[in-house]
Order: sequence, then structure tokens, then C-alpha cells
Amino acid sequence: MPNDLTNKIEKHTIAVLVDNEPGVLARVIGLFSGRGYNIESLTVSEVDKENNLSRITVVTSGTRMIVEQIKAQLERLVPVHRVRDLTDDGPCIERELALVKVAGTGERRNEAMRIAGIFNARVVDATLSSFIFELTGTAEDLGDFIGLMSELGLVEISRTGVVAISRGAAGF
Amino acid sequence: MAEQLLSGAEIILKALKDQGVEVIFGYPGGAVLPIYDALFKQNDLRHILVRHEQAAVHAAEGYARSTGKVGCVLVTSGPGATNAVTGLTDALLDSIPLICISGQVPTHLIGNDAFQEADTTGITRSCTKHNYLVKDVANLARTLHEAFFVARSGRPGPVLIDIPKDVQFNEGAYVAPHEVRHKTYRPQVKPDLARVEEAIDLIAGAKRPVFYVGGGVVNSGPLASKLLTAFVRMTGYPCTNTLMGLGTFPASDPQFLGMLGMHGTYEANLAMHGCDVMIAVGARFDDRVTGKIADFAPGSKKIHIDIDPSSINKNVRVDVAVIGDAAHVLEDMIRLWKARQKRPDQAALGDWWSQINTWRKRDCLRYQKTDRIIKPQYALERLREAIRGVDHYITTEVGQHQMWAAQFLPFEQPNRWLTSGGLGTMGYGLPAAIGVQIAHPESLVVDVAGESSIMMNIQEMSTAVQYGAPVKVFILNNQYMGMVRQWQELLHGSRYSESQLTSLPDFIKLAEAFGAVGLRASKVSELDGVIREMIAIRRPVIVDVAVDPTENCFPMIPGGRAHNEMLLGPADRTEEATPEDGMVLV
Ligand SMILES: Cc1ncc(C[n+]2csc(CCOP(=O)(O)OP(=O)(O)O)c2C)c(N)n1
Ligand SMILES: [Mg+2]
Repeated sequence: MPNDLTNKIEKHTIAVLVDNEPGVLARVIGLFSGRGYNIESLTVSEVDKENNLSRITVVTSGTRMIVEQIKAQLERLVPVHRVRDLTDDGPCIERELALVKVAGTGERRNEAMRIAGIFNARVVDATLSSFIFELTGTAEDLGDFIGLMSELGLVEISRTGVVAISRGAAGF
Repeated sequence: MAEQLLSGAEIILKALKDQGVEVIFGYPGGAVLPIYDALFKQNDLRHILVRHEQAAVHAAEGYARSTGKVGCVLVTSGPGATNAVTGLTDALLDSIPLICISGQVPTHLIGNDAFQEADTTGITRSCTKHNYLVKDVANLARTLHEAFFVARSGRPGPVLIDIPKDVQFNEGAYVAPHEVRHKTYRPQVKPDLARVEEAIDLIAGAKRPVFYVGGGVVNSGPLASKLLTAFVRMTGYPCTNTLMGLGTFPASDPQFLGMLGMHGTYEANLAMHGCDVMIAVGARFDDRVTGKIADFAPGSKKIHIDIDPSSINKNVRVDVAVIGDAAHVLEDMIRLWKARQKRPDQAALGDWWSQINTWRKRDCLRYQKTDRIIKPQYALERLREAIRGVDHYITTEVGQHQMWAAQFLPFEQPNRWLTSGGLGTMGYGLPAAIGVQIAHPESLVVDVAGESSIMMNIQEMSTAVQYGAPVKVFILNNQYMGMVRQWQELLHGSRYSESQLTSLPDFIKLAEAFGAVGLRASKVSELDGVIREMIAIRRPVIVDVAVDPTENCFPMIPGGRAHNEMLLGPADRTEEATPEDGMVLV
């Protein structure tokens, strides 16, 4: 039971294992909007075809009491198998993928390429006047990269949102 | 062996029967015709034809709450389903187990804006505990059984199953209930004993304890109320009920403090405010109960017993959370209380009771008695006397009359008091009463009503007459939306904006037009006779009781105030009592 009485806002990454059925995402999103909880990022994909399971990763923020509420409310949804607070349950790996389109020529183009190298971003499409970079990293890494690119002809960004998994041998 | 195939409609009825359904409340339409056709061909399931789908849901709620069974509703697609939404929301907020089957346009037309198509699962997602759209007859039986399981397990609630018309025609195999096990939904019923031990330690050490008991104890079943009563008596501690919990602890017991909350008793609210240990059982710390959260029972340790983990620490932080079904938890508590030979601190308890008794002496439900005009409280006192010893159920509409009924009518058992607590739905009482009467044909069922609320589902008189359900609508006619008028008087400078239905029907003629009986009491001297007559008549009756239009409901905790800042009567000034931020509260 949480005994922290502060109103400090905490950021939590929560993994939710659900039946992959129509409406399940709407249920989860509806829970957040209906009860006024924040969603900073939400990703979903099937993870177990045989058992028809999807995994939703939600990054949310709120006071300790609200985060506990969110987890309890998620657990109450009928198609939800398990809810795990990755932020609370010890170290976890969080990653996000971005596709970043940058247009430009000359020195700006060279500079964009050089920075992409530093960030280990891959070039997945190139024309004489543009690149598309693919970058995987923490949300902060992506933010830094995009910040730099915005000076160098940034045209468009597409990001996946956070996926996360706990460290160590133990499973979900 | 070749499996016997049934049509979807037949599967539905078979599943309902196997789940113990005896009565369905519903209304037909194009998208459920196959189900109605199947109903026509059988005699096991009784169908009650209402006049509006909202009423079908409230009737099923009445049926469910008075029997402890799952209520069952059948409506058509589109308008049938949207009309059911208020009832479903009501059942969700009051945790009433219901199954609502809605017809849907055939699967190949879904999404085409077909005639009478509505996105029923989308619309009802947030007003049901769970819902399903069954697109394949092969999944139909399993889904129905699962729906019943979800509706009645854990914290109960309404479950909707949307069934396209082609699925009702298609043939499939039936699956019996015992062959279905739910994959994910397994609410915790038995408590963690370590938590129970912590709880009884805290309870035994209390100096100023109070039991705060809600509707969860009703939902758990009659055994929970018996165990609760036994445990409360074992401790000698005071007990208060929420609006939804009335009847779980006998009103006549000297340890009963009455209802708590916005219109609760002085002694109940002050006991909550001053307690050092609060034992919440099946109650959810609703804003109508807590008042200003920051000043709610300051300095108390709180134990919260609830089957729904998401109710724990939602509004109020508690010290010991015991998750489980009330009956199971109370059974363990009693067992461990005895085994550990717990004894309350009698000296402290004596002081606490003498404090409570001084609060009781304020006689907070006192009102100005007069023989010039019928006071609503007096009408209820006379009703109370007349039904003493009579097997009865009370439903209500919403407003002042509802609060007075809660204050003035005593409930000795659970399942006898049915009111729209969470949603506060005007129009609940009459259809709910019909549902109760269908389940208990020999009992006296009274809907304590307001003249405004009753207009919201008055058409159901026609249903009552059709089925010879002798419900009594006891209207406390104050010619106002009294509760709205009270707030306008106390908080909005007596500007009575639109809070009066200035052309009300003649309720006697209205009753007669429906084929029911109409009675009226305008003078104090007429009241007892009219009540006696109402009870004696074995037909639906509307009683129009002309009560004092200016009467307000006290005690009252104004919005944004704490339990110890209660208004006890008209002499207490409200404008000062309501802080500015309290005005925005409903
Ligand atoms: C469906 C619905 N609409 C509006 C309200 C708001 N409301 C609460 S009490 C009330 C007045 C009820 O009047 P009446 O039935 O005459 O009861 P009284 O308060 O006079 O006893 C209203 C309009 C409500 N609770 N439900
Ligand atoms: Mg009225």
C-alpha cells in the first residue's frame, strides 16, 4: 500500500497484457479520458498470436494515489490479464523509434549526416535533397536528435511511443 | 454424434434459462424479432413488456436488488439501446448485476448507418461493467455465460451483449454454463488474513470507533448483513449506513446511528468526524458521504473492506485495506476476533457512547409539527406506522422525498430499500417498484415519489396495470422540484428558476386513465385513511399527498463543508455556510 502522502507528480510506464479483441484499446483509452488521467504515450501490438494477446505500454503521470488508481482501474477491465508498473518494479529498458525526414543541401546536409552518425541513426531513405533517418533510443535521445535536426531542415517526424520491458530473467 | 444445432435466438433463451433467469423486461423491435419469436414459442421465461426501455432497465434493477439475482433486459437496436443508457448507467453506479441484450443490424450492415443502427457497444462502453458484440453464432452461448459471470462477480454491474440480427437467425451449437471458464476475470473473494488480523487489532484498540456500511454488503447477499450485524453487536460499536446500505444493519438496533452524509443524521456525521477508527464495509467514500475531503474524519485510522481494489484509496487514503467479499471478510473477522479473544476498551466506549447520546439529543430529524398542512416528514411517519409488520419494499424517485424516505422509514433487512443512489435518476422509482412487485407479487411495494420525478416514467403505470402489479405510488406533492428549489433558496437567493412544473396533471384522473386507482390526501385528517385504503387495494394506486411546498430537507451539509459544519434547520444560514468553492459542487 502506498504510504507516500505527497502530491508529487511521478511518471510511470505501465505494461498491460490484454486479450487482442475489438474495442480493447478503446476501453483502455476511454478509461484514461473518462477519469481524467494523463496519457503521455501509448503503444499497442499483438505479442502472442497463439493466445491472442496484445501488450499495451502506457506512459502516464500523476500523484502516487492516481497512479495506484490507474493500475487498479486497468486491472478491473475484463479483457485485461495483467498490469505491471515497470517504473515501480525495478529497472527496465524503455525504447522508442522515430522516423525523421530532413531536407537540405550543402553544409546543412553534411551536418545532418554527421549528427546522425553520432546518434547511431540509420539512413533508410535518401534523395539528393533529403534523408529519412531511423533512430531507436530513449524518449530523451529522440528528443535531443530531433532538437538538433530542427536546425537542419527537419520536415516531418513519426514516433512510435515508448515500449518497455523489465530487466533480468523474470517474465511478465 | 451429431451436435444439435440451435438458432442464435434459441441459444440466447437457453442460456438465459440455464443462468436461472425467470423474467425478462423488454421491448421489441426489428432487430430482436427472432428472439421475440423464440420467446413466443416457449413458456419458461416470462417477458414483461414495459413502455420505455429505460424503464425496462430500472425494472430489472428492482428485480435484481430485491432478489439478489441478475436482472435481465431485452431491447432492440438503435433507439431501443440508446433508451437503455440511463438505466445502464444507473446500474453501473449502484453496482446492480444486469444483463442487457440488445439487437443490432445484421453484421454485413454494421457501419453503414443502417436503419436503427447505433454503435451500441461504443455508446455503452463507459456505462457498463463490460460489453460484447457477438458477430458469430459459434461464440454466442459462451459469451452469454461469460456475461452473467462478469455481471454477478466481484463488484456487480450491468453487462450488455449486442447481437446482430443475422446471428440470431444463424444456427450454432449450444455450450452449457459449466463448460465456460473466464480467462482473465477472477475477482478476489477471500481476504488476505494478515490484513484481517491488522484490521481486528485496530478495531479492538479503538476508543472512538464507528462502522460505516454501504451497499456492498447488500450486494454480497443476506448473509453479509447477518454477519455484519453480529460483528457490530459483538463489539458494541456504533454503526451508520450509507443511502445504499440502509437495511444491512437493523434500524431499530440501539447501535444504529441512522444514515450519514449530506442529509445524514447529526449523530452519524459527528461520529464519523470524531472517530479514531473507521470501519468502512462495502462503502466507497462517495462525495455525498465525505463532504470536504480534507476535513473528512481527521485523525482517524481507516479500515476499508471492499471487493473492488479500485475503490481503495480512490477518494480517501485508508490505513488497512481488506480486499474481498463482505461476507467472507466478516466471517474471518468474527472468527479471528473470537480466537484472539479481543475485547473492546469498555471505558473508552462508554465515554464515546455518552458523547454520541448527547448528539442524539439534538433530535436532528425534528420538524415543525402542525395540523394545518401535511408535512412530508409526517406523511412518511404515518406511512411508516401503517406498514409496520407488513411485508414491504420501498423504492423512491429522486429529490427531497427520497432523502426524507431514507431518514424516516426504518429498514430492518437488506434488499428492501431501492433507490437510485449513485446516479440520482428521477424516474427510477416506479419501474423499479414494478420489477420488485413482479418478483414479490404478494408484498406491498411502495414508490415514495415526488410529483416531478414521477412524470419522468409515468407511462409505466400502464405496465403495472397490464400485469396486475399492485404497486403504490405515494407522491409527496410539494408542487416543486423540491430539492432544486431548496438549493435555489439556500444558495441562489431564492431565485426559483424553472424548478416548478406549473401544470401538473390531476393524478387521480391520471391513475384512472391508466386503469389504476387514484387517491388524494390534502388535509392532515385525511392522511391515515388514504394510506389505509392504498394498502388495502390490490391494484396499482397513485396517492397524491399534498404536502408543504416550502419544507426543506435537513440536516444538510452544504457543498464543500465538513461533517461538523452541518445545517440542522431553517435557522442555520446557508450563504455563510457555503464557501465559494463549495458553490461549484453539485
Ligand atoms: C433525470 C434527472 N434530471 C434532473 C435531476 C436533477 N434533480 C434532482 S432532484 C430534482 C427535483 C425532483 O423533484 P420532485 O420529484 O418533485 O421531488 P422533491 O424534491 O420535490 O421531493 C431534480 C430536477 C435528476 N436528479 N434526474
Ligand atoms: Mg416535488
